[in-house]
Amino acid sequence: MAATPWESDLASEIRERFGEGISATSTYLGQNFIVARPDLAIPILEFLKLDCDFDYLVDLTAVDWPKRAERFDIVYILYSFSRNERVRLKIQIADGYKPETAVGVHLTANWLEREVYDMFGVEFAGHPDMRRILMPDEWEGFPLRKDYGILQQDQRWVRENLGIESGQ
Amino acid sequence: MADTTFLDSTELVLNMGPQHPSTHGVLRVILKLDGEKVLGTECIIGYLHRGVEKIAENRTYAQFNPYVDRMDYVAAISNGLGYCLAVEKLLNVEVPARAQAIRVILTELNRIASHLLWLGTHALDIGAITPVFYCLREREEALKIFEKYCGARLTTHAFRIGGLLYETYDGFEQEIIDFCKMFLPHVDEYEELLTNNRIWVGRLKDVGILSGDECKEFGVTGPVLRAAGVKWDLRKAQPYSGYEKYDFEIPTRTNGDTYDRYIVRMEEMRQSVRIMEQAVAAIPEGPIMGKVGKVIKPPVGEAYVSIEAPKGELGYYAVSDGSTQPYRVRVRPPSFVNLQALDRMIRGGLVADVVAVIGTLDIVLGEIDR
Repeated sequence: MAATPWESDLASEIRERFGEGISATSTYLGQNFIVARPDLAIPILEFLKLDCDFDYLVDLTAVDWPKRAERFDIVYILYSFSRNERVRLKIQIADGYKPETAVGVHLTANWLEREVYDMFGVEFAGHPDMRRILMPDEWEGFPLRKDYGILQQDQRWVRENLGIESGQ
Repeated sequence: MADTTFLDSTELVLNMGPQHPSTHGVLRVILKLDGEKVLGTECIIGYLHRGVEKIAENRTYAQFNPYVDRMDYVAAISNGLGYCLAVEKLLNVEVPARAQAIRVILTELNRIASHLLWLGTHALDIGAITPVFYCLREREEALKIFEKYCGARLTTHAFRIGGLLYETYDGFEQEIIDFCKMFLPHVDEYEELLTNNRIWVGRLKDVGILSGDECKEFGVTGPVLRAAGVKWDLRKAQPYSGYEKYDFEIPTRTNGDTYDRYIVRMEEMRQSVRIMEQAVAAIPEGPIMGKVGKVIKPPVGEAYVSIEAPKGELGYYAVSDGSTQPYRVRVRPPSFVNLQALDRMIRGGLVADVVAVIGTLDIVLGEIDR
């Protein structure tokens, strides 16, 4: 079973409004998602929030596809209290591309974007506080990238801060 | 120093935690104070970061199942339910009705256990010593049922992808009925100790107010959202595991302060009992495991599934590349998202209220740091 086109008023409204920038509006397992050009993420989030009442950013995360030219998926999961409906917005970005921050639209994006930066090294342009959140500030490397091994560590950090040769 | 007198007010930076009993784990909060007034806070988290999401990518779907219990370890069964539902969604399998009913009973029992631990420690933070003994006494009865059912009390690994591994033991139904009967008067007992207690009311009323709109902005869910007047519970809004079959209320309050959140959680425990009573009265006969192969290999695709955990919306975003290992598992932890609102709730309050507000958010650091 593959994703099928998502047919609804909302989907056609989004396609009409953002035109070429929308590469897919699909449904998989009953869950709707939009794939859009990276620079449209914030306008779409704004449109969904202000005009369609998707007022709750449930989650913001990333998926690493190292073999792809646009290496990262940034996934925004949205929910509307009044419609009782979920929708996912996905953008695909290359390593080094800095997507615009969503903090201006949803305050909750603040920590969620910091976590994406911490784990994947994706920086968000215009973020008020773009620092690591879970890992130590001086840590080298981004653990959730696929080329980061499960046993890999920042040896220098471990040596200097824990006073041991290796944590493994 | 020579020019200052004790009447001058200077900004004081105070470090609270990570080793502090009322931060409920290893949370560090940097407080900026002007006398007793809180000017701002910053949370430092990550002390308990174990890389759960990375581990998921290096285990099979079934192997990762026990790890999720170690996130919100006081509500391990909810974590397990969310993860199992997410993988079942990817696999597109149906869970048998009997397994669903037993899942609901155990999950609600776990909600009670989680709320009891919250109530006891919250009261302890505020300065009421007695309730924690009462709460742990009743929580023990719940944990005993978990232990009898699956051998573990805390990190239970009670559910399997597709259903359940264990049938209920002899006398399970009766023990649940007895628990419900025993437990309701105890909720009244806690309320007698606290609800109209002058110190309790004085410490909680109008402390850490978060309005409904602010909750939505911050993505705050669970009892905190409901105490702010938003009648929203995923068990009702988007029912899973057969919750639509049970008759229960979503308790709400309007003020959105610490006291209202306390009232909401107390009422939630009563509603959980209601759900358990209905579920246990009608556990269907039949298999407890759905049609899941020995090797779990979901087709390529992705799904986001969320449940109403005791702390709020707990979501799993799972991506499958068609292999036996998840390509990515993202956990949307309620505590992490809720904690972000701490600064908004406490700014302008008093330093003593910080403890009350951290307590009322009901955070578990294992889930925040993962």
